Amino acid sequence: MAGIASYGAYIPLYRLNRAEINSAWGGMFPVPGEKAVASYDEDSITMAVAAARDCLKGIDRNKVDRLYFASTTSPYKEKLAASIIAGALGLRRDIYAMDFAGSLRAGTNALRAAIDAVDAKAAKYVLVTCAETRLGAPKGDKEITFGDGAAAFLVSSTGVATSIEGSYAIFQEFHENWRSDKDTFVRSWEERFIREAGYTKLVPEAVNAALKQCKITVADISKAAIFAADPRLLGNVAGKIGFDAFAQLQDPMFMTVGNTGAALPLMMLVAAMEDAGPEQRLMCVGYGDGCDVLIMKTTEAIEKIKDRRGIKRHLEAKKMIPNYLKYVLWRGLMETEPPPRPPINHISVPALWRDREWGLSLTGQRCKKCKTPQYPPQRVCVICQSEDNFEPYHFTDVKATLNTFSHDNLAASIDPPTTIAAVDFAEGGRIIFNMTDRDPEEVKTGMPLEMVFRQVHYWEGIHNYWWKCAPIRC
Amino acid sequence: MGSIKGIRDKVAIIGMGCTKFGEHWDKSKNDLIYEATRDALADAKMEPKDIEAAWGGTWVSGFDGRCLADPLKLQYIPVTRVENACASGSDAFRNACYAVAAGAYDICLAVGFEKLKDSGWSGLPDQQSLPNNRYPDRTAPGMFALMATTYFSKYKLSPEEGKRMIGLVSVKSHHNGTLNPRAHLRREVTIEQVMNAPIVAWPLGLFDCCGVSDGAAAAIVCRADVAKKYRTDPVYVKALQISVCPSEGELRADYDFTTVKATVRAGEAAYAEAGIKNPREEISMAELHDCFSITEAVTCEDLKFSPKGKVKQDIESGFFNLDGGLPVQPDGGLKSFGHPIGASGVRMLFEMYLQLQGKADKRQIKNPKFGLTHNLGGIPVSNTVSVLIIGL
Repeated sequence: MAGIASYGAYIPLYRLNRAEINSAWGGMFPVPGEKAVASYDEDSITMAVAAARDCLKGIDRNKVDRLYFASTTSPYKEKLAASIIAGALGLRRDIYAMDFAGSLRAGTNALRAAIDAVDAKAAKYVLVTCAETRLGAPKGDKEITFGDGAAAFLVSSTGVATSIEGSYAIFQEFHENWRSDKDTFVRSWEERFIREAGYTKLVPEAVNAALKQCKITVADISKAAIFAADPRLLGNVAGKIGFDAFAQLQDPMFMTVGNTGAALPLMMLVAAMEDAGPEQRLMCVGYGDGCDVLIMKTTEAIEKIKDRRGIKRHLEAKKMIPNYLKYVLWRGLMETEPPPRPPINHISVPALWRDREWGLSLTGQRCKKCKTPQYPPQRVCVICQSEDNFEPYHFTDVKATLNTFSHDNLAASIDPPTTIAAVDFAEGGRIIFNMTDRDPEEVKTGMPLEMVFRQVHYWEGIHNYWWKCAPIRC
Repeated sequence: MGSIKGIRDKVAIIGMGCTKFGEHWDKSKNDLIYEATRDALADAKMEPKDIEAAWGGTWVSGFDGRCLADPLKLQYIPVTRVENACASGSDAFRNACYAVAAGAYDICLAVGFEKLKDSGWSGLPDQQSLPNNRYPDRTAPGMFALMATTYFSKYKLSPEEGKRMIGLVSVKSHHNGTLNPRAHLRREVTIEQVMNAPIVAWPLGLFDCCGVSDGAAAAIVCRADVAKKYRTDPVYVKALQISVCPSEGELRADYDFTTVKATVRAGEAAYAEAGIKNPREEISMAELHDCFSITEAVTCEDLKFSPKGKVKQDIESGFFNLDGGLPVQPDGGLKSFGHPIGASGVRMLFEMYLQLQGKADKRQIKNPKFGLTHNLGGIPVSNTVSVLIIGL
């Protein structure tokens, strides 16, 4: 039977206090709490990579034979995003990489599809990674409630930490939330109608059907990770189903992260798995144009994967965005004076294609003679001048320290200054990066650093990704 | 490195010209090239038809030999455009000298020029355009600021102490620039102004950065044995060395940003070619590539003007001032004279040439014998450096 062999999650470092939004709009939305906000150089692809790296900690990546990326906010309407993620993770080339999109159930859809693929023996290890960076229009309730985040699971039939016991799905043709090909912001119908005709009706229907199918009762569920755009509505459906809201419901993180769309039920499931011991029954419920229910039981193996950053550690390690305007600039919601600098160089697609392997995954090489790691790959060794005598070397997870740095105000950036960092790696080798997710004041020579996958340029519809360094998050 | 043969005393400079550097809104690059060359020819008492071959050094303001042939209407002689980043002008001069030393020509022209202020950008018009597209954002001040960060921490200077040290470099250059009618930025600055200036790339502030300018400079060279035929006071080429770094600092963790190896190598080679044993004592004066104040400080150590880690003492004691033991940037340097990339190498030679002939007016240094120019193209981790020495 298929199950979840590993989990991972990602919450961006930055949070915006909802009071900042409320105050920018004259007190129209006195909503408590804060929302997680992707940094200016993050999007659903980079966050999906971050969650997947957390999930794959200590796992041989060559095992992965499928990659499912789920999001309603892929940076591309037409172009595979999973291939970029697979490249960044350094997965095998002969894997089945695909995108799940469209619905807020994309996350649970992908997880269910992964389970089905493993059960059908079509795949042995399916990596599911789901990230969301949904935009609510400025001065609207969705801007206040939406948050950014990601979760990832490795689905397999061996070494599982939770074993899937049952799944159930219904669809409903229904305009609750939608965003057409002409829209930037998510739209929705009037709240009372969608509550009555949608969430509070569909969720109890699907959950009860799933319980019945598994021949269990509500009382058998230890923790239910149920999508909830609004915690009050979750209380409503919990009452209808018969859940003890305090004991059995997983916190939907409304106060700390916000509604992360398709990623929310998966992030909640990660949080439930973090707290769970063996032999506990968990439920995951995705909602959007219908309802997905998954029921699973934890095993002894759950104790072996508690070293993930997951939800808890990502929640704790945070920095506040000082004001609403910074959020507006990061999301590109306001046209500003262009910098007095040359526009970025055009992106060459053949050049991107040439370095699809080493560039995306930060794979350099090590000289077989003098053993010095170097990036980017060379034909002649920078130390001993040996020619074409190298083996591949992965830099992403090697211990790294800051040799020297500067804070460049001349370089054009949405988040100035541009911190330039000469980064030295434990086994040798140096790469010059930009540093992100840093407070300029905290940058010190010799500080330990980690590598993060980020968007570095955008040109003519091409999102260009590479790596940056960052202070060690947690 | 093989033994240095070189061309010491085989080539002489017999004419030079240099435009004022600055924001020449009213002049094209062709105007600047024409004016610098016209003045060099007048200085040599020559006409364009006397030129047998020419080299034009520019970073982004020209593409090929036509960059000189067109504005000067040179008549079907060989002309080549040379590009070697900020060392383009020095390399154009080197090519002209080698052609003469090889016996291929008797009289050659080298012109360095750049027209930066048509771009409309702050800083330099174009940064790296590496074809793999996966590269950190960075600018020249951002990359040279890395040197300052490391220098300060390696030699235990607080940011305040470090900024004061490099600030004095700029104070000195600005002072020299006030004495030079051709300089772009002609005003005195105080150490307080320098230290409190807006940050361009921390820890470098506005006055730690050189001017971005338009300008051109030209030199006419001939065989040393016939130089006296043209003028009584020719200046002789003692050393022409270039060293190019294989971008090691980008990849090697043992590069520590407080030195530029290509400067060390080009300097050692130039001293060998010119027969100089103790540069601190024997070099009379120098124009160094002070694109940023920290670059000048580090270069003084790399060229052995100051012991390693000790340049602060020499800066503070005024050793590099006009009246000091080894005046550096007597014309104001890139800091004050301005930095039209391709022109700067030849501009540096122009000041050394004037000084050696005793024509430097209020900036005149007493009885100079050897003048050194240092031209650094690129960034600390990847660069191309020329060190040239001329003398009597």
